[in-house]
Amino acid sequence: MFAKYALGAATAISLIAAGSASAETITIATVNNGDMIRMQGLTDDFTAKTGHDVEWVTLEENVLRQRVTTDITTKGGQFDIMTIGMYETPIWGKNGWLVPLDDLPAEYDADDILPAMRGGLSVDGTLYAAPFYGESSMIMYRTDLMEKAGLEMPDAPTWEFVAEAARAMTDKDNGIYGICLRGKAGWGENMAFLTATANAFGARWFDENWQAQFDQPEWKETLEFYVNLMNDAGPPGASNNGFNENLSLFQQGKCGMWIDATVAASFVTNPNDSTVADKVGFALAPDTGKGKRGNWLWAWALGIPAGTQKTDAAKEFIQWATSKEYIELVAAKEGWANVPPGARTSLYEDPNYKDVPFARMTLESILSADPTNPTVDPVPYVGIQFAAIPEFAGIAGQVGQEFAAALAGQQSVDEALAKAQALTTDEMEAAGY
Amino acid sequence: MARAITSQRKALNTALAWGVGLLIFFPILWTILTSFKTEAQAISDPPVFLFFDWTLENYSVVQERSNYGRFLWNSIIIAGGSTILGIIIAVPAAWSMAFVPSKRTKDILLWMLSTKMLPAVGVLYPIYLLFIKLGLLDTKIGLVIVLMLINLPIIVWMLYTYFKEIPGEILEAARMDGATLREEVLYILTPMAIPGIASTLLLNVILAWNEAFWTLNLTAAKAAPLTAFIASYSSPEGLFYAKLSAASTMAIAPILILGWFSQKQLVSGLTFGAVK
Repeated sequence: MFAKYALGAATAISLIAAGSASAETITIATVNNGDMIRMQGLTDDFTAKTGHDVEWVTLEENVLRQRVTTDITTKGGQFDIMTIGMYETPIWGKNGWLVPLDDLPAEYDADDILPAMRGGLSVDGTLYAAPFYGESSMIMYRTDLMEKAGLEMPDAPTWEFVAEAARAMTDKDNGIYGICLRGKAGWGENMAFLTATANAFGARWFDENWQAQFDQPEWKETLEFYVNLMNDAGPPGASNNGFNENLSLFQQGKCGMWIDATVAASFVTNPNDSTVADKVGFALAPDTGKGKRGNWLWAWALGIPAGTQKTDAAKEFIQWATSKEYIELVAAKEGWANVPPGARTSLYEDPNYKDVPFARMTLESILSADPTNPTVDPVPYVGIQFAAIPEFAGIAGQVGQEFAAALAGQQSVDEALAKAQALTTDEMEAAGY
Repeated sequence: MARAITSQRKALNTALAWGVGLLIFFPILWTILTSFKTEAQAISDPPVFLFFDWTLENYSVVQERSNYGRFLWNSIIIAGGSTILGIIIAVPAAWSMAFVPSKRTKDILLWMLSTKMLPAVGVLYPIYLLFIKLGLLDTKIGLVIVLMLINLPIIVWMLYTYFKEIPGEILEAARMDGATLREEVLYILTPMAIPGIASTLLLNVILAWNEAFWTLNLTAAKAAPLTAFIASYSSPEGLFYAKLSAASTMAIAPILILGWFSQKQLVSGLTFGAVK
């Protein structure tokens, strides 16, 4: 009799357990980028395969960062998956805020993740967030304007050539500007571009002892080169231009060249949005012969906050969204040009993807980026267009304001660098470095 | 002659009022216009004002991608609930301050207002932790309480100034006739202060509707109001201004319509007693 009851109870318990495991609702915080919108549209496929439902919370990038930081530090448990970047992942992973993703099944093939992406999203060899899509930066240029200027873009140009070409392509009377670069202040806007570019000029944020380096000649050279080039060949009001503004200018045919995220390649070659879709060429970000290219590395990745009650369901979602099968699903529904790029090696070996015009240069850009060894001289930090320390976002935000003011002509390059040096030194001292 | 000057001045004042009004309304107008542009037109330089190909595409994309009804419903509950709860608490408070003031009444009024001077982010963590403990995160009731508390000083202040305009003798007379305290507040004071209460109500609905710090930080998927709906249309990588404008227009439309129909009450309430 007792055995019968016990058996019944055990069955009931296992049924409840099975029931709760098979029908979770997970909440995912994300940003409003095209690939994420596509992912939201394909959620039904995940629900059909696993039985889990998904609730999406889409927020503005900076709001998202603040929102998930609050939740993660208080263990609020509001989110089961968060979309985070290459800047946060190592810092948060180190703090124990993220669930390690070191037990993904063999069929997921974690070794297929591009090594640069995997390295940037790991702490001491343990993966803390899986890349949904990744990017580097590269040159996008107008093949027709380049031809008209009598020049030929090499695959791996120097800054000297880029500047010469930009000035040659500029035709201000007709609203054509040789080069469009980020000028809008922000650690993820102008400072991402300028920090990466400074690497190519031999500059660095900090020396081995965490001393700010804005008083060094390499920074002066970088900033002067940038300001002069933008004054000669950039669009008016460039200090207000970020990624989106430059994207719009390029799509309207107003830029000869644009150096920015590789993910933009699919936007500028999309004939629905771009007036120059069939006239775009690609090249590696320029160097100055010092051995480093100004190309960054970034991943939009999916991580699980420590403190969620639904770790298993969250892991199932991450496996689905960052799998090879997901890429094939998007390709079948939306075409190969729209699959999330820059995350998996196998994508670039797929013969179907080889026809996509920007695939090769995207891969080469990503492969040539090395966040653990980003500068000519050694540095104590990891990261190409940022230094992966918690203080960076705040400091670079302020430095970005100074540099934007220099570009707008409100102050000289020397003044901007002196202010940057002073404020960085202050902030780093206050932070105890 | 005197008449001519007056009508001239009147015309000038009207023109000035229209100018200021249009200046204040311009950002909203620009948002509404942008919502009918394509993404490329929305960000084009020089900007296009009226002569573009009007399109409803942004609205259809927003409708398709977001559950507008759910965000709207949450906004209505949160803004309406917090305002009504605030009024219920503030009417007795304002009554006592207006009609039976003590030595400390002025101090209390000032102190209440001083709570508005603390930057909200300064108490984000304490409130977040309290919400976790009480299970209020991402609930409408939690936001109703927080927004009520935030707007309570303004509600009390507004009601206090309206109540001050009502002669205490009338309430005294009611008391002489044997009205209880409850009857006095409910049947004598409240009906006389209706314009004041109505404008307080409207102003606080608008404040709570537009509140974008707590509503973003204390919600996730379930209780998110229209502020979160707007925030979801900004994109770090991809053009978004036209769709964001469409979302914004949809978010402000209800409150714009409410304000339009009730502007008479709003104005009469805000100037209540001013010309006596």
